[in-house]
Amino acid sequence: MRLTTDVAVVGGGPSGLTAAAGLAAAGLRVLVLDREREAGGIPRHSDHTGYGLRDLRTLMTGPAYARLLANRALEAGALVRTSAMVTGWAGQRVLDVTTPEGRLRVDARAVVLATGARERPRTARMVPGDRPPGVLTTGQLQNVVHLHRGRVGTRAVVVGAEPVSWSAVLTLREAGCRTVLMTSEHARAESYAAFSVPGRAGLRVPVATATRVVRINGRDAVESVEVEDLRTGERRTVPCDTVVFTGGWVPDNELARAAGLAMDPGSRSPLVDNTLTTSRLGVFAVGNLVHPVDTADVAALDGRHVVRHVQTYLAAPSPAASRTVDQSAARDLPDAAPPSGSGTGPGTSTGGAHGDDEPGDAGGGETGGTFAGAIPLRAEAPFRWVFPGLIRPGAGAPPRRRILLWPAEHRPIARVVVTQDGREIARRTLPWPVSPGRVFRVPSSMLSGADPRGGAITISLA
Amino acid sequence: MSRGVSRSGPLPERTVDVAVVGGGVVGAAVARELAGRQVTGCERDGRSLTVALVEARSDVGDGTSKANTAILHTGFDATPGTLESRLVRRGHELLGGYAERAGIPVEPTGAVLVAWTAEELAVLAGLADKAVKNGYRECEVVGADEVYRLVPALGPGALGGLTVPGESIICPWTTTLAYATEALARGADVLLNTRVEGVEHDGGEETVLVTNRGPLRARWVVNAAGLGSGAVDRMFGHERFTVTPRRGELLVFDKMARPLANRIVLPVPGSRGKGVLISPTIYGNVMLGPTAEDLRDHADTSTSEEGFAFLVDKGLALMPALLKEEVTASYAGLRAATEHGDYQVHLDAAQRYLVLGGIRSTGLTSSMALAEHAAGLLAEAGLVTSVRDDLPDPPRMPNIGEAFPRPYMCDDLIRRDPAYGTVVCFCERVTAGEIRDALDSPLPPADLDGLRRRTRATMGRCQGFYCGAEISERLARVEGS
Ligand SMILES: Cc1cc2nc3c(=O)[nH]c(=O)nc-3n(C[C@H](O)[C@H](O)[C@H](O)COP(=O)(O)OP(=O)(O)OC[C@H]3O[C@@H](n4cnc5c(N)ncnc54)[C@H](O)[C@@H]3O)c2cc1C
Ligand SMILES: Cc1cc2nc3c(=O)[nH]c(=O)nc-3n(C[C@H](O)[C@H](O)[C@H](O)COP(=O)(O)OP(=O)(O)OC[C@H]3O[C@@H](n4cnc5c(N)ncnc54)[C@H](O)[C@@H]3O)c2cc1C
Repeated sequence: MRLTTDVAVVGGGPSGLTAAAGLAAAGLRVLVLDREREAGGIPRHSDHTGYGLRDLRTLMTGPAYARLLANRALEAGALVRTSAMVTGWAGQRVLDVTTPEGRLRVDARAVVLATGARERPRTARMVPGDRPPGVLTTGQLQNVVHLHRGRVGTRAVVVGAEPVSWSAVLTLREAGCRTVLMTSEHARAESYAAFSVPGRAGLRVPVATATRVVRINGRDAVESVEVEDLRTGERRTVPCDTVVFTGGWVPDNELARAAGLAMDPGSRSPLVDNTLTTSRLGVFAVGNLVHPVDTADVAALDGRHVVRHVQTYLAAPSPAASRTVDQSAARDLPDAAPPSGSGTGPGTSTGGAHGDDEPGDAGGGETGGTFAGAIPLRAEAPFRWVFPGLIRPGAGAPPRRRILLWPAEHRPIARVVVTQDGREIARRTLPWPVSPGRVFRVPSSMLSGADPRGGAITISLA
Repeated sequence: MSRGVSRSGPLPERTVDVAVVGGGVVGAAVARELAGRQVTGCERDGRSLTVALVEARSDVGDGTSKANTAILHTGFDATPGTLESRLVRRGHELLGGYAERAGIPVEPTGAVLVAWTAEELAVLAGLADKAVKNGYRECEVVGADEVYRLVPALGPGALGGLTVPGESIICPWTTTLAYATEALARGADVLLNTRVEGVEHDGGEETVLVTNRGPLRARWVVNAAGLGSGAVDRMFGHERFTVTPRRGELLVFDKMARPLANRIVLPVPGSRGKGVLISPTIYGNVMLGPTAEDLRDHADTSTSEEGFAFLVDKGLALMPALLKEEVTASYAGLRAATEHGDYQVHLDAAQRYLVLGGIRSTGLTSSMALAEHAAGLLAEAGLVTSVRDDLPDPPRMPNIGEAFPRPYMCDDLIRRDPAYGTVVCFCERVTAGEIRDALDSPLPPADLDGLRRRTRATMGRCQGFYCGAEISERLARVEGS
């Protein structure tokens, strides 16, 4: 069956639902496609409070938040189809979808990709050993416990000490499973600084820092894990019957890659600019798909941010037109450059955003000129990626006026330096630490001194 | 579960004509072959053979047969004149044809051996000659340009290659399941969770297999116990070969890597250091491996730090772009290596016993030929049979190959049955309909691993992050009923 719509939103998590609500409220025909039986994304099974702070200015549990966002999208007039899995592309903005009612072909004027991110499982982390059941990710654990009321073991080792790891500890506790050890490869636990899952204090879980899991033992069921102290190389065996791999986020980028969108090799996300446009005209990307991973409210606010850019695009669906429309919003960023002959063309704009200049898959697909005139944004170590990967002058600030970066190491003091073409354009010490396992935010106002016709902008730490 | 499958309770009391020990790809092929035959030239003339496939584990194909590189070999590089060489060649032909009838996915990708050193380059012409001796004439020595044209993602430094256009990839899981399913349809018993622990002869024509589920009486016994073939052979009083498990670890990369490797990239066999191969898999991934390491423990299919490090190292040189992709899975298989250079096939007419052991690294390919060969050998020893003329059609196995239509893409099918439009495992696009079918099949899975081998459920990049809980629940619903 063939359907047409103004906007197809792929993924009904916080980012997709929020985008859909805004787009529908603006009078557009919006179709949300989600492969799960219910919309809401990850919060559906994250049964603890901590959702909604920045977007809704309140705190609620994941399931309540998921329901609320789904209802808002519906009330605004969006169609939300669940059990609808987008399996591929049949054209620039045409999607193939599998549903229990049959195959659909959705012909959209614009597409918003909001497919989220997942945790790297044990296999992707290449942890050797036996392969018994009882080795999970937080996502699977919470699915088991909250959605399926299933059982887990009694003694768990949690790999990682990020916010999501504590969420796993909470879920384990609820399921009657004690966390006997948390491990973090970092010298200090990732969420040391500011972590707010209530009840953490009462959890009293030993955290082994600078420690990695090197082997899982047990043929039919987990019996133990072997851990190594990275400082001394010493190894020991920790008896347990459950292992939860947490964090280690990777975006669900299958559709983005299938489209041949330019990708950011650092985050493995589709490359977007401050309007959340990808390298394909009329295809946008929001949420944890483009910054794996931030909290749900931040993902949702991407959804809010993209609304006017989709509207702008639909009003004048050509790259040249959409490039120069909303200058009114361009407070934080350099003004639009008058269309100049050379500038940074699509050929140079697809470079890596994580420091090393590997071509990766960045060149894939027709960039369609959507990135013409945009300035590449790069980040140096200890950052793995920066979002957005491109800044289009004159197109307004990025979501929440923040540049997001993913640190691989802890730094107590964040002296941020922004340079362009060898010239320092801003330097500021930010009042929050650089802490691995959570996004580091830089106000986009730090870019306002950039030359709109200049080359790549680099963010680093002094 | 069909009548012939049993996982618990007492074993059948009647004496079977043939007990096949070991439900790997070889044993299943033998059971299928023999169950399709009738006795000729004796007082039982015209009667169908009764066959029992006896497997220690809870499922067929759960040993070495599930963890290999899944290449349907041409046999171009076998040692000419060996039984292995002959049976691989014949098996390639037989299984190639059977796969088409039974719906076992096969992709004729072709292979190229790549030479990275002058020594390896020098060996290629000899390999082409050897291929001819093995009856395979399509190999061609090519220059580096052609090698890079065939596999553009190869790392720098390839000096030349040898093409083997006939090498294919096949689904090893469906192969064993098809054999066992057809054996069932032909009337065989499939006795799972049944470990042969000893052998007794009662002086007459019958052998009593002592198992954890009680005795099983058989007139003839075929030992196809893979890694256990040496041990079972000793139960019959022989000291002919010792199986040393040779572990092969493999890394499976994300489906996104598939365009990098559209054909099999083989190492040039040599004495110095073992090369690894890169191969597309029938499920749409790319695999790198295997390692080769001799072990003592016959069940140690764990993976190791050293194995991973070795593979990563090799992979970086062979195809750097591959190592940029995520690893979806890793596993290890144990080859049943022996001190001999060839398959250990021995017939003992007096004992009415045949062993098909030491089927080290080509048994998937040669399985049907081994079965055909076994029928021939048994006839020599007095069990003369002919193919029955009342055979049911081969089963039509559900397709789990990436290159062929799967239910989630078939609008007609979904309209007739919405379960085929309900995707449950997203990464592998497995539908509720396929899971239901597997659970209702004549040879249903015993656990998640078995379901994975029948449907691909949970074997994808998320490894259960999204669907693990849902799939386990569907499985439990059946187990509980
Ligand atoms: C264990 C855990 C605890 C967390 N705790 C908190 C917390 O306390 N507070 C907080 O703010 N955040 C928390 N987070 C983070 C939060 O869940 C995410 O930031 C948020 O869900 C991201 O929203 P999203 O819309 O980008 O993606 P997701 O929520 O992942 O939604 C993506 C959606 O896309 C759908 N989809 C993907 N591909 C397809 C396709 N091909 N076809 C159709 N549909 C598709 C998926 O089914 C899914 O519904 C937690 C995360 C985890 C894993
Ligand atoms: C890394 C690797 C790569 C390979 N690649 C290829 C390839 O590309 N192409 C190819 O054709 N071949 C390949 N092979 C070889 C192929 O996998 C084997 O030759 C084949 O699977 C052997 O099948 P089998 O039935 O003899 O053994 P198995 O599959 O091991 O089956 C034997 C069965 O016997 C059972 N058993 C053992 N003892 C007892 C007992 N006492 N009682 C009851 N049951 C018992 C076991 O549980 C087991 O299920 C590879 C092998 C490995 C390890």
